[in-house]
Amino acid sequence: MKHVKAKTSVGPLSGEQKRRRLVRALKRNWVLYVFLLPSLVYIILFCYWPMYGLQIAFRNFKFKDGFWGSEWVGLRWFEKFLSTPRFWGILKNTLVLSIYSLIAGFPLPVILALVLNNVRNVRWKKFAQTITYMPHFIAVTVLVGMMSLFFSPSSGFVNTLLSYLGGSGDTYFMGTPRYFSHMYVWSGVWQGMGWGSIIYLAALAGVDQELHEAANIDGANKLKRIWHIDLPSILPTVIILLVMSCGSIVGVGYEKVYLMQNSLNVEVSEVISTYVYRTGLGNRQYSYSTAIGLLNNLVNIVILAIVNKVSGKLSGISLW
Amino acid sequence: MKTKRANRRIKQAWDDSIFDICCNLFLTLFVIIVFYPIYFVVVASFTEPTYVNSGALLLYPKEFTLSGYKAIFAEERVWSGYFNTILYTLGGTVAGTAAVVMAGYAFSRKDLPGAGLLMKLYVFTMYFGGGTIPLFLVVRRLGLVDTRAIMILLGCVSTYNIIVVRSFMQSNIPEELYDAAIIDGCGQGKFFLKVVLPLSKAVVSVIVMYIAVGYWNSYFNAMIFLTDAGKYPLQMYLREILLISSISATNNAQMISDPEYARYMQTMAQVVKYSIIVVSTAPIICVYPFIQKYFVKGVMIGSVKG
Repeated sequence: MKHVKAKTSVGPLSGEQKRRRLVRALKRNWVLYVFLLPSLVYIILFCYWPMYGLQIAFRNFKFKDGFWGSEWVGLRWFEKFLSTPRFWGILKNTLVLSIYSLIAGFPLPVILALVLNNVRNVRWKKFAQTITYMPHFIAVTVLVGMMSLFFSPSSGFVNTLLSYLGGSGDTYFMGTPRYFSHMYVWSGVWQGMGWGSIIYLAALAGVDQELHEAANIDGANKLKRIWHIDLPSILPTVIILLVMSCGSIVGVGYEKVYLMQNSLNVEVSEVISTYVYRTGLGNRQYSYSTAIGLLNNLVNIVILAIVNKVSGKLSGISLW
Repeated sequence: MKTKRANRRIKQAWDDSIFDICCNLFLTLFVIIVFYPIYFVVVASFTEPTYVNSGALLLYPKEFTLSGYKAIFAEERVWSGYFNTILYTLGGTVAGTAAVVMAGYAFSRKDLPGAGLLMKLYVFTMYFGGGTIPLFLVVRRLGLVDTRAIMILLGCVSTYNIIVVRSFMQSNIPEELYDAAIIDGCGQGKFFLKVVLPLSKAVVSVIVMYIAVGYWNSYFNAMIFLTDAGKYPLQMYLREILLISSISATNNAQMISDPEYARYMQTMAQVVKYSIIVVSTAPIICVYPFIQKYFVKGVMIGSVKG
């Protein structure tokens, strides 16, 4: 309707007409602005006000002076973080966990989706989906609790099984630095694999079945059809998700790492986000902690933008 | 010539059936790996503590017992934790769903002046934020530290959910419907309540589930903003019992004065942990198979336009 109207009006609109049209739209739609109000208030209070508070990364924050009144110190906190002897260790831990997660966690959902897509028995498929999606709903606290129970040196079933296989059967997995990254990554794979496959299954459902029939007649077996038809079809989805996960490569979620951390593994389990938490709320170094968080966030955005650009150049697929 | 083609057919069918078998084997393996830990927790929670502690339990319970559950439900803090979690989940879900669905609808309308700019404002928060400390300071400034209100409010609105609602409504509520309703004299608010909401049941369910599961499972906000243990959600208590101390701290006095009791609690510790995992996770896991299709739908709507 509106398009027709716009086309029939002759010549460019005068300023007066434009203004009147805007007023009419505002009058007609004021309810919609009311609808936006609650979320807008939320966003301003809990997203933009803290962003305004980011300036304390460049100040020496004191409660009595507030965000705006605290003394300006420039880049002092950033310099402090970059020159702290722990910096390289923390950065390395962060990168190890995120890159390892990315590499281990990315192919399995794709494989699971391809397998599920090939299962003919509908009830078996439904059952398998229900089971594999389930861990997604388990809380981090419970997941880490389960790990510490299963891998307990005295009573966990993992050690029992290992002792059957000829192992020592009393390895303290949760407290051994060597095992930390494997525990972190593979528990994440266990939890996220099924859920991650949903999006690929959806993409696979959109694959043209005629292609499969034609290939079948030409004598291509299933494996070949997956390789030459299914995989290329879901490649755009795979790339988009890959770009998105690269955006958080310097951001390891603190929730799980924080719960898995103990005094025995802290040398490999301290990542940027847990360090931010510890210095900020633990030691009340508000400005220092904010500066580290800000640096982390900026690096993430830059990496996301670069990967997105590269992906756009190479494959024509990008986020924005 | 003919036999050659027939041979090729047979080989193809042969390859395919091998492939099918491999597929099913693979899937069975996946299912066992995912299912066994969950199964083990449930079985262990019903098994005699000494048997669990020995590590011999692998497949089926040996001596059935409810002592783990009895110990948990005797804890007052489990009840208060449960109460708080339900309160926060309900409050957050109601507030969040209302705010998100209303915003999603507003953004789905094409003729809203300024909507494009506002949307950019919202999307920006997906990539950039103030971080933990500035947020903490803002909440402190608002006087909401250590209140139930902040536990309900924080995290209820997310731009991702708004985008899911917007995409759904853009593709499922035809513009003509709106035009017709307005011509018939239906107001904006009435149109939303009487037409849009009934047509959007699917996406509203998706949002309800997403927010509710998020609240049920969250512990970090409680850790940052709460100091009063009486306001702790279940997850905080879980963290304490599962990861910090093996035995509930409330009974410390009795443990010191009564060594017999202390020994009893020590043997109970593992089974108590398994039981509390079941107690805290059961509500979600039991409801989830019935609402699974909504979750899956949510992922798909979200993937159309992220």
